[in-house]
This record gives sequence, C-alpha cells and structure tokens, in this order.
Amino acid sequence: MIKIRNLTKYYGDLCAVDDVSFDIKKGEILALLGPNGAGKTTIYRILTGYLKPTSGNIEVMDYNIYEHMMKIKNKIGYLPEAAPIYRDMLVFDYLDFVADIRGISTEKKMKQIRELSELCGLDEVIHMTIDELSKGYKQRVGIAHALMGDPDILVLDEPTVGLDPNQIVETRDIIKRIGKTKTIIYSTHILSEAEATCDRIVVINRGKKVADDTLKGLQDAMNEKSFENIFMKLTRGN
Amino acid sequence: MKNIRHIFRKEFKSYFISPIAYIVISVFLIIIGWLFFSTFFLEKQANLTKFFSLLPVTFAFIIPAVTMRLFSEEINIGSYELLITLPVSFRDIILGKFLAAVAFVALMLSPTLVYALSTSFLGDLDWGPVIGGYLGAILLGASFSSIGLLASSFTRNQVVAFIIGMAICFSLTLLVDFVLFFIPNFMVDFFQFLSANLHFQNIAKGVIDLRDIMYFVSITFIALYTTHLVIEEKK
Repeated sequence: MIKIRNLTKYYGDLCAVDDVSFDIKKGEILALLGPNGAGKTTIYRILTGYLKPTSGNIEVMDYNIYEHMMKIKNKIGYLPEAAPIYRDMLVFDYLDFVADIRGISTEKKMKQIRELSELCGLDEVIHMTIDELSKGYKQRVGIAHALMGDPDILVLDEPTVGLDPNQIVETRDIIKRIGKTKTIIYSTHILSEAEATCDRIVVINRGKKVADDTLKGLQDAMNEKSFENIFMKLTRGN
Repeated sequence: MKNIRHIFRKEFKSYFISPIAYIVISVFLIIIGWLFFSTFFLEKQANLTKFFSLLPVTFAFIIPAVTMRLFSEEINIGSYELLITLPVSFRDIILGKFLAAVAFVALMLSPTLVYALSTSFLGDLDWGPVIGGYLGAILLGASFSSIGLLASSFTRNQVVAFIIGMAICFSLTLLVDFVLFFIPNFMVDFFQFLSANLHFQNIAKGVIDLRDIMYFVSITFIALYTTHLVIEEKK
C-alpha cells in the first residue's frame, strides 16, 4: 500500500531522515517508534505532502509523491502532533469545512459529521469554539479531522500524547476499531500501547531505521522478553 | 476550483468571529470620514475628489492589517500543516484567502457610498468620477490585499507581516512621489509608472485607461504568484 524508498531529508546540514526504506501493507497497523527527534514527524510530513524529501521516494498505491500528491492527499487522513486546529472556529464549523474540502456532498455531510462526532465522543462540545476545549477534546477533533471523508490510510502522530488514562484507552479503542478496515501508521511513546495495538513495529533512531519486525520477531531476534529493554537497546546512545 | 469557495467562506467568516473586522472597519470609517469631512464644507464643491485622494494612503496601512493574519496566524498555531495536508492546491488556498480579503475591503468600503449619496443631495454630483473612483478603489484594494497576503506568507509573526505589508504599500503610494525630486529626468517616467497613487487618481478622475487597470492587475498577479513561490519554498 505504501512503499517508502531511500527516503532522506536534510534541514540545512542536519540530517533528519537518513536513507529510510520500509513498506506498509494494506490493512496493517504499523507503529513507528523512536526517541524524540528521531525523524518520525519528518517522515509523516513527507508522506502527507507538507515537506519535500531531499532524495528518495514514497509511493502510495502506485501514486508517487512527486507527481500525484493531490491523489495521495485524498487517500490520507493526517493527525499532526498536538492537533493544531483553528482556534476561533466552532467544532461543527471546522468539521463542516474539512468535509467540504474533502469533497463530501451536502447530503452525506451531515451524516458523516454525526457519525464522527459520535465515534470520537464530540457530541457535547460540537457547538463550542475549539479554543475552549481541553487538550483531550482538541485531540479528538483532530482524530475526527483525520477520519473525515473515510480515507484509506491514517497517519497519526502521537495521538495519545497529553491525554488522561481513560482517554488513552478510548483513543486506543478507536484506533483498533478503525484499524479493522484501514491502514494505519502511528507513533507513540507508550510502548505498551504499541504492543497492544500494532501488527508491526518500525524503530527509527537518529534518522536511521534500526528495526522492522513484528513484536514477536523482535523478541526472538534479540532474545529479550521486555519491549522496554528491546527499545532501549535499539536506540541506546541517544 | 470548488475549494476556492470553501477557503473563501472560512476566511471571510473568521474575520467576523474575531473582533478584528469590527475594529478595522470602525478605524477606517472614522479616519477617512474625519479627514474627508473636516474640509468638505470649506471647499464648497459637491464632489468626492478629496475622498478618493485620501484612499491610497489610508488603504496602505488599513489593508495590511486586514491581511496580516491570513498566513501568519496559521503558520504560528500550526493549522497551516493541517491545511497543506488536506487535498487542496496552493493555488486554491491563495486565491481563496485573497478573495476573502478583497471581499472584506469591498464591504469596508460600502458604507462610504453614503458619502456619495449625501453629496448628491447637496449639489450636482458628477457620477462618472464616483463610479471610476469605486472601481479604482477595488483594484487598489485588490493589489494591496495581494501584497499584504505576500507579506503574511513570509513570517509567523503578524506584527512583522503588518509592517512589511505596510512598508511595500506605502512605498508604492508615497515614496515614488517623493523620489521624483531626487532622480534624473529620464527616469521620471519609469518611476511615475510605478506609482499606485498616480494610476489610482487617473481612474478616479473617471478616465478608465487600460494601462491603469493593467497596472493593478499586474501588481496583484505578481504578488499572488510570489506568494505561491514562497509557500512552495517552505516545503
């Protein structure tokens, strides 16, 4: 579904992503893990068309990011870190705006907004300005933004950061539920969460890919049961 | 193409959610009304020449205040990333925001139609220059909006965007007139051609010359195209 090939990105002299390649299969939930500053967000930003790579290529269902970015954007729902949404808009107005941009027809729009509002638990805040919402609710609006228009691929950059334990469980449930029909790539610093939800794990450290396997595979290969220890071994010295 | 409409609607609406629209419109009407009417009855002439001669300078600092938030605010709070990763082209984003600013300027200008109406009661108002003046004002407003939009795409700081936009608009209106004293004769024509004020006053006389219209269209096009290059470069 997604093929990342020799992806490299420099910010000036700083190499953020260094020759990273991996694939994501259809219907897979992939956890992209790594310490802060490892280059995860940069990979997401290139995949979603916010940044251009210095070299390398990404193909999404045979479309490549240099020629068919608009088609790729149509397939991807993206939740950036900390869900930076327009502050002065009403939640409803915002979802309405995203639905318009996604090209959803007026008849289907209300139904879709209602469904997403229910799925993400936004019913009681739908007529509030986004500025007034707590962090958890903002994050949920961000998830609703990403799900709008039913995209095939979801890219979620730390969707559970800053949420309370209940919300983390809820968000994890949402991811699992939608993961049945969609391809998801997401990152988190809570390793148990990755353990519980994902099919495969890719670990990035200092811009380089250091692991790409199922959790079971990693455990066997490194002869280590605890995922925390595996993660530390892989990213040590950072 | 359809997305231009959605961006336009969102931007135009958001002017009126925050207090900025009401403040800017009030300030504009107070300043222009006061400057215009303070000498209006002394001159004893039923025309709007004075009003239109004040417009370029007033626009030069009001319009950058209207446009300063268009990109800067988005870059600052990060919603820019959400916008860019939605399936909408740069062209549609720029045109939607630009048209929202122009529509806002037109709305801001509309209460001044009362000046024309009340002047026509006082004497024999020649409507030609008035129609020309408003046409010129929209062209001038559009080109200043595009410059303000460009300034806004440079920076995440709205104050900086405002000052850059104002500096460019002021240069186009005033500086060129001042510079004329200091430059050699053979260059006067060239510098005069750059003056937004001169082209605007031509139209405001009621003489609609294609050269004047082309001037504003070119400025707008250049500024919008440069904005496109700037946000393309940000990638």
